[in-house]
Amino acid sequence: MALDLARWQFAIVTVFHFFFVPMTIGLGLMVAIMQTRAYRSKDATWDRLSRFFGRIFLISMAVGVVTGIVLEFEFGLNWSAYSIFVGNIFGAPLAIEGLFAFFLESTFVGLWIFGRNRLSPGLHLATIWLTSAGTIISAFWILAANAWMQHPVGYKIENGQAVLTNFWALLGNSTLWASFIHTVTAALATGAALVLAISIWRGHRDAHDQTQREAFRRATRLAAGMMLVTVVLVAISGDLQARLMDVQQPMKMAAAEALYNTQNGASFSLLTIGNLSGQPIFQIRVPHLLSMMADLSWNGPVQGINQLQAAAAAKYGAGNYTPIIWLTYWSFRAMVGAGILMIAVSAWGLWLGRGRRFLESRWFRRAALAGIGLPVLANASGWIFTEAGRQPWIVYGLMQTASGVSSVPAADIAFTMAVFVAVYTTLAVVAVTLILRAARHDFDDVAEDAASDAVASPGLVY
Amino acid sequence: MFTGLSALWFALIGLLWAGYFFLEGFDFGVGVISPFVSRDDTDRRMCLNAVGPVWDGNEVWLLVAGGATFAAFPLWYGALFSGAYLALFLVLLALIVRNVSFEFRARIDHPGWRRAWDVANFVGSLVAALVWGVAFTNFAHGLPLSKAGYTGGLLGLLNPMALVGGLATVAIFAFHGSVFLSLKTSGELRQRARRAAAIAGSVAVVLFAATVVWVAAGGRPWATASGALSGAVPLALALVAAVLLAGAVLLIGKGREMLAFVATGGAVLLAVGAIWSLMYPMAIPASSGAVVPGVAGVPIALAASQPYTLTVMTIVAAIFTPIVLLYQGWTYWVFRQRLVRPLSGPGPGSPRTTPEQLAGSH
Ligand code: HDD
Ligand code: HEM
Ligand code: HEM
Repeated sequence: MALDLARWQFAIVTVFHFFFVPMTIGLGLMVAIMQTRAYRSKDATWDRLSRFFGRIFLISMAVGVVTGIVLEFEFGLNWSAYSIFVGNIFGAPLAIEGLFAFFLESTFVGLWIFGRNRLSPGLHLATIWLTSAGTIISAFWILAANAWMQHPVGYKIENGQAVLTNFWALLGNSTLWASFIHTVTAALATGAALVLAISIWRGHRDAHDQTQREAFRRATRLAAGMMLVTVVLVAISGDLQARLMDVQQPMKMAAAEALYNTQNGASFSLLTIGNLSGQPIFQIRVPHLLSMMADLSWNGPVQGINQLQAAAAAKYGAGNYTPIIWLTYWSFRAMVGAGILMIAVSAWGLWLGRGRRFLESRWFRRAALAGIGLPVLANASGWIFTEAGRQPWIVYGLMQTASGVSSVPAADIAFTMAVFVAVYTTLAVVAVTLILRAARHDFDDVAEDAASDAVASPGLVY
Repeated sequence: MFTGLSALWFALIGLLWAGYFFLEGFDFGVGVISPFVSRDDTDRRMCLNAVGPVWDGNEVWLLVAGGATFAAFPLWYGALFSGAYLALFLVLLALIVRNVSFEFRARIDHPGWRRAWDVANFVGSLVAALVWGVAFTNFAHGLPLSKAGYTGGLLGLLNPMALVGGLATVAIFAFHGSVFLSLKTSGELRQRARRAAAIAGSVAVVLFAATVVWVAAGGRPWATASGALSGAVPLALALVAAVLLAGAVLLIGKGREMLAFVATGGAVLLAVGAIWSLMYPMAIPASSGAVVPGVAGVPIALAASQPYTLTVMTIVAAIFTPIVLLYQGWTYWVFRQRLVRPLSGPGPGSPRTTPEQLAGSH
């Protein structure tokens, strides 16, 4: 009971954090690029755009920060046995993340917000780049911790604790690099999809206002290009991850396809109707695709769930070593499906953009607006796949989730979870409302002479 | 080497907490004092903006303290936070509502909306300060432990001694925060902040002294553990902290804001130092019972990570802490001027009319 509650609580607070994280990472870079263009070209249009999207960035970041603070302590709260087991290794990247990344992003975002009139334009530009760098560096370190749980390296077991033996192995973990590239490019695609949708909609809505329409046309082009490039990188790095997974976590690979028995030249099902117990009613299959994903060979073997379960039971003792199949199967398809649609939307956008026609196409407008949901779905289902697919392990091959949990009364976990859900739901409603308001906001025309009196006294920003 | 490193990290984690309370202490204090010194919406905005550019960076000290505890003392991190489950949860909740209040409040110009986030900022700052104070007073006194660690729950932490310690913490932060506010603002708000400081300061001195006496009277079952410092060390640190607090009350009365701020800040640092020197060599000292039979608490040597991890962490910290201190310090320098109440000033409920506000990113 306490175990299930702890798992639900962890899943809820991390997935919620990760609704906002990719938006923050993605928008941070977009705003930095816009502000750089403004700085280089002295063009007011880019300056206005960077302020406009800067607001949305800050709302997202505010929620990302507070939900992250909860996570920093979540391991100690709900997974204390796990924390004691892995602390030697896992704690280091977490602490380094704070020192390298959180200080960077939080200090420089303060300078960016409040320093607009106090810093020189070049220095002010540097602050948004440092903020953006902070968000990406933060992703690296937290993923280093996560990658170690997925694929432990550079350690030995001593007195019932995992002990670090090689810090560089931790940083060189293949799982980390594949996951870092995939997660960050996915985040950039998320930011781009958001900018694309808002710009398309505003470009259409502001048909009467030439300045705003032209600005949003430019933003549309930037976002569509950014989105196409990043989603293609997402797909490439995802493919790389699948190959690592085949070696490192074959059970996750089998679960992704609900492949019960080892097969040569395994096919990949796009869709299954009926249950996933091995006798589907209807399936659409792509021959040989699963083997290609796993090891790039046409007829390569892909191990099946039954064989892997038997092998694991022989190695680790009797028990259930199979994750929840329907969850892994569908979350994987949701992610990949969303990725393919995202490629289509952004490519379509660029195609229209050649004739500067984005704003005129009603269907593209609809697609782009619906497109906001795609990366959100893909991010959440990607994590659910990654984390649920590694069950029953909390540290792959070393510690099972059931052994990692704290000895906290179930009632306490249930209570805190109920409050988290209530508070987070409120936060989400407020954040979405504020983002929608910000998206409707007109450019505030900045009084150019403001800078002179602002130097005398800091402005009231909040 | 091993014990040397774990002692070093024990001290460093103490420094991180001390830094956190020094910095976020005045953020919390400004949040607590704001309703009492503000007369209108502009005043409240000045309070928020006084800490606006820096509060987020200040809070990272907490995150690094948490992360460093995890890395250097896994057992401490695991046992303490699951033991003090509901207390930590309360702090997290308080930090959530307080932290979003800054950004959210500014977004909608409606009196009811702003009121609501003002309340969130006040309550969040108050609760966070109170619970931290309660928790740290308990650490100083020791926790009742059993084989499973601390299992007394939230009610076990809320004993009368710890509540006084919690109130003392609120008062000290309110004092520290009003002194900070008097340093960062001008005009009437500054005058009101000074008066508030004198009141909060007097209360702080009394409550702090009461806490020190109460904790000292409690005794230390782990005082005989090898390495434990003489009780005179924490007592001396606490006394100097008390003197600094009292001195700061006089200084702020004389209008010496900067000196008063140094004194309140020094008192915060020394108070954490006193707690840490009391606790040493325990990461979790026991007022009664034991996790390991015969040892009054969880010793830092038992809780510590292996030397390799500690060495890596030491190198990383030695390189990056100075850089962080430099750019955080620079931020304070950039925003060193006092806030001036906007002349063309928006009255209550109608902020953002001056061009410089429009020029802000919000
Ligand atoms: C791929 C990226 C990524 C992932 C997987 C996570 N985070 Fe996160 N986190 C960020 C990327 C990020 C970020 C982009 O750096 C955030 C989001 C919004 C923000 O301001 O910073 C952030 C904020 C953030 C903060 C607040 C930082 C501050 O005050 O500036 C903390 C304490 C954490 N996170 C901790 C965690 C923990 C313990 C995680 C593991 C479960 C986690 N995050 C997953
Ligand atoms: C922010 C992105 C993340 C999301 C959305 C996410 C999602 C999830 C989900 C859905 C679960 C529950 C799985 C299940 O019980 O079936 C889980 C478990 C867990 N994850 Fe993650 N995760 C994220 C990042 C991380 C990271 C970066 C770490 C480590 C640094 C981590 C560590 C854990 C731990 C300790 C558990 C608990 C044990 C368990 O139930 O498996 N997660 N996560
Ligand atoms: C287009 C084809 C895609 C493929 C082949 C792919 C492949 C993968 C694989 C194999 C994993 C699991 C890695 C592991 O557990 O070791 C994964 C995880 C993940 N995916 Fe994808 N993915 C694709 C698209 C996307 C898209 C479009 C997004 C979001 C915009 C996304 C976001 C994520 C996230 C957040 C994770 C969890 C973090 C991680 O393990 O890296 N993916 N993906």
